[in-house]
Amino acid sequence: MSVIDELQQAVKNSPRQSPGDEHPMSNFLRMDRIPHIWCPTCGIGTTVNCFAQALERCSIPLDDVAVVSGIGCTGRVAGYVKTDSFHTTHGRAIPFATGLRLGNPKLKVVVFSGDGDLFSIGGNHFNHAARRNLDMTVICVNNFNYAMTGGQVAPTSPTDSVLTTSPYGNFETPFNLPFLAESVGATFVARWTALHIHRVTESMIKALMKPGFSFIEIIAPCPTIFERKNKFGDGLDRLKFYHDNSEIIHGAPTKDVDIGLRNKIIVGEFVDIERPTFIESMNAYLKRRLGSDYDIYEG
Amino acid sequence: MAIRYHDNPFGKHKPGGPKGRVVIVEDGCKGCGFCVEYCPNDVLVLSSRYNVKGYHPPEVVHPDKCVNCGFCRMICPEFAIYTVAIEPETV
Repeated sequence: MSVIDELQQAVKNSPRQSPGDEHPMSNFLRMDRIPHIWCPTCGIGTTVNCFAQALERCSIPLDDVAVVSGIGCTGRVAGYVKTDSFHTTHGRAIPFATGLRLGNPKLKVVVFSGDGDLFSIGGNHFNHAARRNLDMTVICVNNFNYAMTGGQVAPTSPTDSVLTTSPYGNFETPFNLPFLAESVGATFVARWTALHIHRVTESMIKALMKPGFSFIEIIAPCPTIFERKNKFGDGLDRLKFYHDNSEIIHGAPTKDVDIGLRNKIIVGEFVDIERPTFIESMNAYLKRRLGSDYDIYEG
Repeated sequence: MAIRYHDNPFGKHKPGGPKGRVVIVEDGCKGCGFCVEYCPNDVLVLSSRYNVKGYHPPEVVHPDKCVNCGFCRMICPEFAIYTVAIEPETV
């Protein structure tokens, strides 16, 4: 039987429904939109799995969660999850989430976006949301390039990485995202790779439960552009690379955790501090200044 | 030789660990092989068949080895594989 015959057979038998039970994620995902657009061996789907697991284990009702995404491969997450979600313009996920958070403080606001969207186009918004300590969770899936537009150099592309706009290698210094997040005032900073599934889930639970600005960076393989251009193989080879080359150091000084192209990746939960959130400090300050004239804002 | 109490407590059958059944949504699979590589008990292999999109989906070769850990479900980027717990047989 030739390959063509086999494929025709497969098409004839389609859809092969799974026997019996429905998918355990079907109450979290818009299953009518699955299969998604992400490439084979891309790591973003795995992070969505972890997020669903974290929400389930926190037992937060899905009506109380809002997922906001920007533009890019990771920006598609908002379209696939069955919570309230919004797919904003490029880089403006955090401003939208700020408004959402202040308008309805009972909502858990999660910003799920990529490195280009959050740190290049939306870099300024990230700084100010962290400075104000808005109560939100920012999950950044870092694939080291602008993958959806064809693999241009992003602010996180490691030095020496070959990409579409750096055919001889990238000479720029990349952002060290945990260091950036800590220095602008995030209260919870963690970094994991797409292979550390259970640890990512644990960190997401901590971030969701913690009042204040929490930031999780998840390093994910981009098989179509970053791994192919830099000769890393496919996503599975990259996961093996993460397995061999990632070192877990909780509480490591964030200035030492920058990523080289083929260096060890230091992962872990780096920062976990307490600071008054934006709404708390607003209420406390204005109550002190205005006394009984001020009504505490609770949404 | 020391008696191993836990092998056969009170003459009953040894209670087994958790057992699972793997369900593969074949047409959603993109053949990345994450589940095959990271299944802790090597339950799966990549089959030589094609699915509707032309990828090779995984295939269950050792169904009795599945312990319902759910790692395949968590690592699958396509939401195309999951496990269902099998109720242990009553003794």
